[in-house]
Amino acid sequence: MAKTPRGTAKAAPPQNSEDEDFALHSLQEQLEADRRYAATKDELLTFYEQMLQIRRFEEKAGQLYGLGLIGGFCHLYIGQEAVAVGLQSALESGKDSVITGYRDHGHMLAYGIDPKVIMAELTGRHSGISKGKGGSMHMFSVEHKFYGGHGIVGAQVPLGSGLAFAHKYRKDGGVAVAYFGDGAANQGQVYEAFNMAALWQLPIIFVIENNQYAMGTAVTRSSAETHFHRRGTAFRIPGMQVDGMDVLEVRQAAQIALAHVRGGNGPVLMELNTYRYRGHSMSDPAKYRSREEVQGVREKRDPIDHARAELLELGVAEADLKAIDKRVRAQVAEAADFAESSPEPELPELYTDVLVERY
Amino acid sequence: MAIELKMPALSPTMEEGKLAKWLVKEGDEVSSGDILAEIETDKATMEFEAVDEGTVGKILIAEGTEGVKVGTVIAMLNGDGEAAAPAVEAPAQADKAEESEAPKADKAAPETGTTQLAAKAEPARDPEIPHGTNMKTSTVREALRDAMAEEMRRDDRVFVMGEEVAQYQGAYKVTQGLLDEFGPERVIDTPITEYGFAGIGTGAAMGGLRPIVEFMTFNFAMQAIDHIINSAAKTNYMSGGQMRCPVVFRGPNGAASRVGAQHSQNFGPWYASVPGLVVIAPYDASDAKGLLKAAIRSEDPVVFLENELVYGRSFELPELDDHVLPIGKARTVREGKDVTIVSYSIGIGLALEAAETLAGEGIEAEVIDLRTLRPLDKQAVLDSLAKTNRLIVVEEGFPVCSIASEIIAICMEEGFDNLDAPVLRVCNEDVPLPYAAKLEKAALIDVPRVIEAVKKVCYR
Repeated sequence: MAKTPRGTAKAAPPQNSEDEDFALHSLQEQLEADRRYAATKDELLTFYEQMLQIRRFEEKAGQLYGLGLIGGFCHLYIGQEAVAVGLQSALESGKDSVITGYRDHGHMLAYGIDPKVIMAELTGRHSGISKGKGGSMHMFSVEHKFYGGHGIVGAQVPLGSGLAFAHKYRKDGGVAVAYFGDGAANQGQVYEAFNMAALWQLPIIFVIENNQYAMGTAVTRSSAETHFHRRGTAFRIPGMQVDGMDVLEVRQAAQIALAHVRGGNGPVLMELNTYRYRGHSMSDPAKYRSREEVQGVREKRDPIDHARAELLELGVAEADLKAIDKRVRAQVAEAADFAESSPEPELPELYTDVLVERY
Repeated sequence: MAIELKMPALSPTMEEGKLAKWLVKEGDEVSSGDILAEIETDKATMEFEAVDEGTVGKILIAEGTEGVKVGTVIAMLNGDGEAAAPAVEAPAQADKAEESEAPKADKAAPETGTTQLAAKAEPARDPEIPHGTNMKTSTVREALRDAMAEEMRRDDRVFVMGEEVAQYQGAYKVTQGLLDEFGPERVIDTPITEYGFAGIGTGAAMGGLRPIVEFMTFNFAMQAIDHIINSAAKTNYMSGGQMRCPVVFRGPNGAASRVGAQHSQNFGPWYASVPGLVVIAPYDASDAKGLLKAAIRSEDPVVFLENELVYGRSFELPELDDHVLPIGKARTVREGKDVTIVSYSIGIGLALEAAETLAGEGIEAEVIDLRTLRPLDKQAVLDSLAKTNRLIVVEEGFPVCSIASEIIAICMEEGFDNLDAPVLRVCNEDVPLPYAAKLEKAALIDVPRVIEAVKKVCYR
């Protein structure tokens, strides 16, 4: 954890050029050797259903926002579903922990958290996962080891490193996953966390969801190095570049990364190239990109369409996929009904949970 | 020509130290850069180097001597060609005589403003401590260290992280000895990266550990304030009570000596304004220990504000197996009937000194140590006001939007009918703390200002 006393920490790396690559590309090479996870039909069906659930949930959230039932900021995950589903399918529930930023609905759904309590949080109701006191950006489920839902861009990176620190301290074998965007990747605290995570060999996977835009600013306008997987190089953190629109590639990459981290080798940095179809938040008119660009990704790279086509190839019947679609729609409709009909928190709730103890 | 070697000041606050060891003897030839002696302060052991060349003459202070005042001549150095033998006319006497004279303006070190923050008056014994408890003398520094060590023995989730907390034994020696007892997995040196390690500490608390995050000073915590406020303080509320964050952020706060504006600020009012935080600012060793133990055990995030100038002060400390004090309770450190002085942290020493002087003039001041700034013990303030009907606040910090402002608001809103005079505040001047000694003195609070304010509210 900490350096061993009296300077017996590992010797400084040699400065010659042979050291340039050390192990930085080894994980990427593993991925390139075999890019896609060999999912069974049932596994792919599960991934498909989870991605579809996120998409339908987010569409419904967008609709409720338009009706004024959801307030404030609401950041939708539409287009990025394969990232959360592929990664979280590889985690060990109850052992590994997850933390993300404010675009958090998808990660919670991928973790199997009840869509009803998520939607009820979005509508600010007492039955919401944070009793209506957190809202879209601030949701947590300690039970599921989901640690938020953080509204300050980049804060989840050191916080996630703290979760990893706790895993290492307790020697419980758990790995922390900290998701953040290409925008957050330019925050200074991210690199402070990289340094300590690598120095102390913390069990963490840093996941950059590169959806190409930091709010309205394209990565090329905000980032000197747009290959985000290289951003750990200065800290000797191996990087991986992954197609975040292909759930099976995400899953494969996640397994490679997890094996590395669980082996006690310290952190991994994954860049997941993905795309958000909607605006940054509901109030974003998205004038910074063309309709054609969005349409192009939707038509050619959509992770759900992709999985659907693959399922059909595997011999899954149209009717079975329709049944999934129907089931998901019903779940989401139920969540929306619940969220609309649940009462708002009672006024005394205003004063609860400020502090845990009474002094 | 013989050169006087004087006891050096090794830190801005050092007034005296121990001459631990002479590394040269009389008659030794030395040149510039040679190490002459080891000098120990309460913070560190330092080497004392020769600046000039020559032969060591008479050694005037023997090794092992404690409490050698800064500026005392400890040895003579004879210049080239002079006899190595000790000078016949021992210069010690003459020097003493010289020192007792008024210092020459061009040579005398200017007096720092923080000397006026020193105080000899002791708080009255805390009624929380059971009668018959054995008391020992302890510095605040030792009390804080003992609090951490005891809690680390008691709960293996507790660990300390920060800059220089482990191998260096603490920038201010507060974590001295912890690395040896608890090892590098629980006493963790961080890089200089406040935002990052405050975030890691906060995340570790969310993940179920009990971190103590030391800031070398709270001035540097400004880089990390986002995690203290946005991540630690608000999480429990935002999660509907699901996700706790039992972390302690601790370190010295307030003005130190001659370190200038960026290193001299009291952040008590900043943190105390944020719901979701507990903010503690103790004065004496007993409160430092009892409240730090309580802070480490608390389920809530705690900002624990210490004071560098108080670290080395000695107080009575109860010898109890488990000395834990209640958070959120003020303490009456002096009883009085004529006027109330509310203060906290280093201001308590000044309040007590002022109260002693005032007693000689027939004014009995009651001194209330807030100890916890959030949640604030309003009732203790209002009860004392109801008794004395006059109140002032003493705060080593900026006056605007201060704890003093808050106390005044409370007195107005809830104690108006008990007021016989407007509440006054004695705070630092409303300027960044200057470096020049004369200006520093003018900027910081002192006992005369406290006395003046008391007299004003007493219409004397």
